[in-house]
Amino acid sequence: MSENKNPEVLLKVENLKKHFTPHMGLAASLGKARKVVKAVDGISFDIKKGEIFALIGESGSGKTTTGKLVMKLIEPTSGTMIFDGEDVTSIAKKQLEAYRRKVQMIFQDPYASMNPRFKIRDVLEEPLSIHRIEGDRARHDEMIVKALEEVKITPPEEFMTRFPHMLSGGQRQRVATARTLILNPKMLVADEPVSMIDLSTRAEILHMMKDVQRDLGLTYLYITHDLSTARYFADRIAVMYLGRIVEMGPADMIIDKPLHPYTKALIDAVPEPESGKVDVIKELPISGEIPSPANIPAGCRFHTRCPYATDECKTLPEPELEDIGGGHMHACRRWKEI
Amino acid sequence: MDKILEVKNLKLYYHTSKGVVKALDDVSFDLYKGETLGLVGESGCGKTTTGTALLRMPTAPGRYDGGQILIDGRDIIPLPEKDVRKNVRWEEVAMVFQGAMNCLTPVYTIGKQMLETLQEHRDMEKEQAEELIREYLGLVGLPGEVMKRYPHELSGGMKQRVVIATALFLKPKFVILDEPTTALDVIVQAQIINLLKKLKKTFDLSFIFITHDLALEAEVADRICVMYAGKIAELGTNAQIFGKQGPMHPYTEKLLAATPRLHRKVESLSFIPGTPPDLIDPPKGCRFNPRCHKVMDKCYVEEPPLKEVEPGHMVACWRLEK
Repeated sequence: MSENKNPEVLLKVENLKKHFTPHMGLAASLGKARKVVKAVDGISFDIKKGEIFALIGESGSGKTTTGKLVMKLIEPTSGTMIFDGEDVTSIAKKQLEAYRRKVQMIFQDPYASMNPRFKIRDVLEEPLSIHRIEGDRARHDEMIVKALEEVKITPPEEFMTRFPHMLSGGQRQRVATARTLILNPKMLVADEPVSMIDLSTRAEILHMMKDVQRDLGLTYLYITHDLSTARYFADRIAVMYLGRIVEMGPADMIIDKPLHPYTKALIDAVPEPESGKVDVIKELPISGEIPSPANIPAGCRFHTRCPYATDECKTLPEPELEDIGGGHMHACRRWKEI
Repeated sequence: MDKILEVKNLKLYYHTSKGVVKALDDVSFDLYKGETLGLVGESGCGKTTTGTALLRMPTAPGRYDGGQILIDGRDIIPLPEKDVRKNVRWEEVAMVFQGAMNCLTPVYTIGKQMLETLQEHRDMEKEQAEELIREYLGLVGLPGEVMKRYPHELSGGMKQRVVIATALFLKPKFVILDEPTTALDVIVQAQIINLLKKLKKTFDLSFIFITHDLALEAEVADRICVMYAGKIAELGTNAQIFGKQGPMHPYTEKLLAATPRLHRKVESLSFIPGTPPDLIDPPKGCRFNPRCHKVMDKCYVEEPPLKEVEPGHMVACWRLEK
């Protein structure tokens, strides 16, 4: 784990919400109630400078929406976001451009996130022209070579003339990373950057991303459903369920000593490569699937799937995150008993 | 145990304009009744090609270039297509394709889609057929009323259950599952794995389970067949591959080392450098030699044969030659 020599907060998110109101058309005019989809429903977290912060959760937990909010691809319904001491919750278009230079994104699909007709050189020059970075072709080439060297694409000159289809999935994800680095960002948002890459090379990409992070002192928001890579890759983990953070803390604490029943269930469900399990039916403490964010259960939103839920959990207001020390926070009323 | 499938020296080549891609090159394995055989390897190693080859529907421009696929002793490769369609596909071999749950027709109800498959093969009254569908939905843990639902009303896990039920209800001799849980969340994945185990036990079913994830094979497969570049690198029992001794082929070793483990804190994860070779012009000698950490001179010259190193454990590696 990397030590935080500079524990200054880079991104502070407070009570952030994103509610989507679907267009109902005819149904609305007939007086049917609109169901609001509460994708992100009041989350707060800090990401420190030089830290890798992981958001994990199942599909429908709101982790990708959170990533989009941080990237400012969508506007939050309420809440605040402070980046590098500056309120960026609602900023004008001009400032937005400057913000995006500082916060860059690596997408899930390295095949779809590059124009197939662009050579690698052009793929990397695109952000330079979009952000009107000064310099002639030679200067840009210099920057492109430097970015490619950063992600260990060697020799860079040779790769610059290739097209994306000539690269392997791993190489493409390296190029995608280089494309974000070229603007000297402070923070990278990586949404499932390795889930489409073969297991055998997944670690290679994570290594590369970690090296780059160390070399350049970057901060990452790593969004994934994969606990194993999150443990290895991240300093801290936040577990999301139905738009809320239910547990947050140092990566090792979350995996080794989970407190929330949902985190426990997620950890139990992960397969491990060991023998002797073929005839064993795995005990799954929680049943069913994640409910729709348009229909969030009252009380603790996890109570419908929780094996420990009592009447209190169903009726009392939702528990807030509580710090039990060492930065380990949870939102479960019954954590001591279970 | 009864042998229900015998694949002998199967060769399936893709004849492309750039050359002949040897997607499956001399592949032999057996499948016994009531067992799950895991096929594992990186993308492009021939796992899915094996699946479609067993269904007698190789993807164009694939062609059988030798070998036999014996189901209960009968070779299905020379059979006329009409015969295969009527008596083999779905009757004897069924397949759950990768991403099949997202290929359900959005405009038909689940019941109608399942009925279609059933009536294509069985002469059945509608009521009788519907009862059978209800029974099979029950088997995969779904209420009968799912029949009246459209795919968009179901969650991913439910759709995957529907697809599994559809593969089962003609009572095939074995079912091929191609990455049946990759698009699902971990908890739902564990639920589906439990379901497959229960079905296997209750009905003495046989599965071929294709995935790139060794950890998942450890959960489900009685025997594991590791493929690399269109060939079998190693084939052994669950205990032989995942037990104390561990795998014997360097490729399996590396694949296992690259599989992340949640409960083991590591400073760095290992990975396999490079990519699987181009199968138009594979490396001379052992196909794994450019990426192998234990490579010897002989590996560049001659291809290692798949040899039995202990009962039921086959490995294709020169290092094990005494």
